[in-house]
Amino acid sequence: MNLLMIIRVAFRALVRNKMRAALTMLGIIIGVSAVIAMVSIGQGASASVQAQIESIGTNLLFVSAGAQNVGGVRSGTGDTGNQNLTVDDLDAIKREVPSVSMVTPSVNARSQLVAGNMNWNTNVTGVSEQYPDVRKWPVATGSFFTDADVRTAARVIVIGRTLADNLYPGADPIGQDIRVMNLPFRVVGVLAAKGQDQQGRDQDDVAFAPFTTVQKKILGRDRIQIAYVSAISQDATYTAQSQITDLLRQRHKLTANEPDDFTVRNMTDIAEAANETSKTMTILLACIAGVSLLVGGIGIMNIMLVSVTERTREIGIRMAIGARSSAVRSQFLIESIVLSLTGGAIGIILGVVLSLVIPAFLGWPTLVSMMAIVGSVLFSAAVGIFFGYYPARKAASLDPIEALRYE
Amino acid sequence: MSTTFAVETHEPAVVLGKSSPEARPVIQLDHIHKTYTMGDVEVHALRGVSLTINEGEFVAIMGASGSGKSTTMNILGCLDRPTRGTYILDGEDVSQMSKDERADIRCKKIGFVFQGFNLLSRTSALENVELPMLYLGVDAATRHERAMEALNAVGLAGREQNHPNQLSGGQQQRVAVARSLVNHPALILADEPTGNLDSRTSVEVMEIFQRLNRERGITLVLVTHEPDIAEYADRVIVFKDGKIKSDHPVEHRRSAAEELKNLPVIEDEDDEEE
Repeated sequence: MNLLMIIRVAFRALVRNKMRAALTMLGIIIGVSAVIAMVSIGQGASASVQAQIESIGTNLLFVSAGAQNVGGVRSGTGDTGNQNLTVDDLDAIKREVPSVSMVTPSVNARSQLVAGNMNWNTNVTGVSEQYPDVRKWPVATGSFFTDADVRTAARVIVIGRTLADNLYPGADPIGQDIRVMNLPFRVVGVLAAKGQDQQGRDQDDVAFAPFTTVQKKILGRDRIQIAYVSAISQDATYTAQSQITDLLRQRHKLTANEPDDFTVRNMTDIAEAANETSKTMTILLACIAGVSLLVGGIGIMNIMLVSVTERTREIGIRMAIGARSSAVRSQFLIESIVLSLTGGAIGIILGVVLSLVIPAFLGWPTLVSMMAIVGSVLFSAAVGIFFGYYPARKAASLDPIEALRYE
Repeated sequence: MSTTFAVETHEPAVVLGKSSPEARPVIQLDHIHKTYTMGDVEVHALRGVSLTINEGEFVAIMGASGSGKSTTMNILGCLDRPTRGTYILDGEDVSQMSKDERADIRCKKIGFVFQGFNLLSRTSALENVELPMLYLGVDAATRHERAMEALNAVGLAGREQNHPNQLSGGQQQRVAVARSLVNHPALILADEPTGNLDSRTSVEVMEIFQRLNRERGITLVLVTHEPDIAEYADRVIVFKDGKIKSDHPVEHRRSAAEELKNLPVIEDEDDEEE
């Protein structure tokens, strides 16, 4: 008796009990579609994080005051207690590190902005004129301020799209006055709209002024929390990272066994960390969905056991007629594999449809992964074999005389 | 095959029936013992049964329950193995064969007809008849052809697509007979084939058996507890206490075909259509 015939016999047996077969498959259908949908959500999130990081620029480095880890005690970077990253440090980086192309500090001041009878609360960030190039964030209208503005601490400001819309609804903000901490600033440019970031924060709710202006006129102190540095290329980021570290250690006169009092991170590491996070999330989601697949598998085993008991007489007839134990075992094993694979196939269709529908209804990005599909097929086949084996062996081990007598 | 010669030296105690010099034995049982262990108790179901059935014989096995006739049937059908003794079926020693080997022997050499018909439910008559060929690995076209021919031989042409629940008891039993025929077995074993049938249908089934035996020379072993059914056979073996009590030819053999002519046709819904 060849495999094809056994498959036909198994199919016939399943077709004889359509309702039961459908319900049994439902467990696998739900399991497989859940795995695919969950993995798609995870992969979608991961892909959008990656895209965002790439849009920021993979040749980007962050230099921040304070160390992430001092003697095993973690402290936040850019800690207010640290005054050790200075404008001179940044100038030195720009001047002395060959693999660095651009540098911009970033100093934040939360302020109330007033324009005419409108007002808005946002972060005014003090940066250098190179900020749009470093962050790959072009100006939509007007222009960014110049290095002369930075040198003279001019009261000029570049605003994000959200601010432009809220402070100057329907009007052109270029050349208008805006009051920050009661100081008048002139709007010189509006940045291109960026939309929401991964956490749903509005990235256009920002304002940029020369860092010198922010330090002297708004904050009244000249410390720097964080600086963005552009390496000349993505390949140069690790070189730049170590060169900056060496330079700053030398400038801060740190001895060999003293830890860094600053932190240099590169985007690639951050991208990897983000990737790691979304991978963990994907695995977690897949595991939860996998549990339902497991439950589906147990459902198959349960039905197959019932089926073996119920069809004891049939097994007896088949054996008396000349079916070997192996033929009976194959028949039941294939029945459960057919159940789980058919369920798996329907589950894949459902899972892919779900993955395509989720972005429209929930707004989550999804990415249907081939790996999840192949994985689900293999897993459901494995479920069929694993949970079908015991009932099949039970069927094959029946004694034909006993089985024929079974009522 | 050395056992074959061993058997020839132990000439079975009783050889009856159509034992002409050229008759070929299909079944040779030599001092068969079967002992079941039930807990601590040993039950001796068979205590040395020796028996030869030749090709073309129609043998009825009778006996009260517990006489050992069912055990004999199971051993003859290769469903069970003797504890001791030798069983040669169609020239092959099957007494110590493995489970799989016996399954193959059943597939090739034995056709079964049971009291309870034992057809696969929700499966057409045709597919039921095709089933033994499926396990023998016969190709689809031949399967179909042989199954149709067998159904025709039992008078069920036109009924091949019916499921068992759409057939009368007699028709179901005829499907079972067709199923037992399709692999051209050396032997057909019928275990109380008329036990669930009314008297007219019983005669009809016996008519088919007699016809198959006469026209095709098929060897038939029939287990029954009804003496009048046993009279359709040409030899009756009676079991008692795990031994053969008597073994003799039937003197006034009944002819089912003759009797059917004289029986009134019963107004049966299913039989009407034939």
